[in-house]
Amino acid sequence: MMTSSSFDRQSVIEFRNVSYQLDAGRELLQNLNLAVQRGETLVLLGRSGSGKTTTLKLINHLLSPTGGDLRVEGKSTREWDVIRLRRTIGYAIQDVGLFPHFTVARNIGLVPQIEDWPADRIQQRVQELLQLVGLETQLASRYPRQLSGGQRQRVGVARALAADPPILLMDEPFGALDPITRAELQREFLTLQSRLQKTVVFVTHDLHEALLLGTRIALMEAGRLVTILTPEEFLHSEEPLVAAYVDAFGAQRVDRS
Amino acid sequence: MNVWHFMLHNDAEVARATLHHLWLVGISTLLAVLIGIPLGILITRWPALNKPILGSANVIQTIPSLALFGFLLPAPWIGERADRLAILALTLYALLPLIRNTYTGIKGVDPAVLEAGRGMGMTDRQLLFQVELPLALSVIIAGIRVAAVISVGLATIAAAIGAGGLGEYIFRGLAMVNNQVILAGAIPAALLAILADVSLGWLEKRLSPG
Repeated sequence: MMTSSSFDRQSVIEFRNVSYQLDAGRELLQNLNLAVQRGETLVLLGRSGSGKTTTLKLINHLLSPTGGDLRVEGKSTREWDVIRLRRTIGYAIQDVGLFPHFTVARNIGLVPQIEDWPADRIQQRVQELLQLVGLETQLASRYPRQLSGGQRQRVGVARALAADPPILLMDEPFGALDPITRAELQREFLTLQSRLQKTVVFVTHDLHEALLLGTRIALMEAGRLVTILTPEEFLHSEEPLVAAYVDAFGAQRVDRS
Repeated sequence: MNVWHFMLHNDAEVARATLHHLWLVGISTLLAVLIGIPLGILITRWPALNKPILGSANVIQTIPSLALFGFLLPAPWIGERADRLAILALTLYALLPLIRNTYTGIKGVDPAVLEAGRGMGMTDRQLLFQVELPLALSVIIAGIRVAAVISVGLATIAAAIGAGGLGEYIFRGLAMVNNQVILAGAIPAALLAILADVSLGWLEKRLSPG
């Protein structure tokens, strides 16, 4: 039986009735109640406008909740020092956002650098990470414009992991890649996760990706959480929105009849 | 005597006037950089200030230069020395390209880069100095280039109020109806403008990202 205290201890990120409303009045997120467990890969699945990216950005306080309470590691995001919070969380986005005027090495070493790590420790960490994400060491001195899309996204992931944050936020990181590269990176993500055991919140609209990478899938629609299910449960579910999603992706639905 | 003979004959004087001209342009451009770039950065952070600041700089630009020199004559301290007045006026004219280019240069930075930087925990100061300014640099240099070239031309007007520089030859030559004297001022001024344009243009290209 899950007591509330064991629930709290395991919850790295907790949304309690969180809402997010734009100044103009539009509610992008309504009364979200969600807890992310340590070491899991929680996938936020939904179509455009479902509120999944908004949810993600609330975690590292790029957006501020207009209602409710969001806790990270037990502390409300309103109480956290924003800079400290963000440096504790790795962030990887679809467009990657590598600094074009920095080499790969300098890009990866960004958070260690702003955290004032000694230079040799940064260098060592960069080498470790290049290996971890499957990039050749000679790429360290190259610039982002000289890399392929897949290489850039690997650098983005390496950069997100550089300061070894316990939490990783990923916003459709593989969405802009061709299917083959995407499949490659998805596989490598799984290997990485099994090694590193980070707490990952992963946004995607792709059900296949969600089923492959997620330990739990949170389906979102129009700013609300519809349900949270394991991949297995997701495929078996008879909830209309879930079934509709499964059908839309032509995934194998397990029919009870 | 043609213009080259005239210039050779008066080489020391022409050189002095050129250096003085360069000094007027140099100081005023430097001041415009020291004032204009921070103002440009400010309006990227406080968009409410955008209209008043860019608006004022725009208005200054529309004032005919000779009129501006004239307005400033009665001003205390500034109006007492012609070169102070000239430098102030030149600085004011150089502000608009600097403020505007700093603003557009910073605004032109890829939003994904800023989102990634912010999301990873860079402070506003770190973002400004490590990301925005380096990426905006070539656009800012383009602004300095425009300001410098305009200043070289405007500084010739400064001679009308006795601030010296190459404009003195131009005005003297006009009064004497002597083309060689006019050209002895106009040619070095044109060369200075070209030099400023080419050298800053080279710098702009070198600092262009990608």
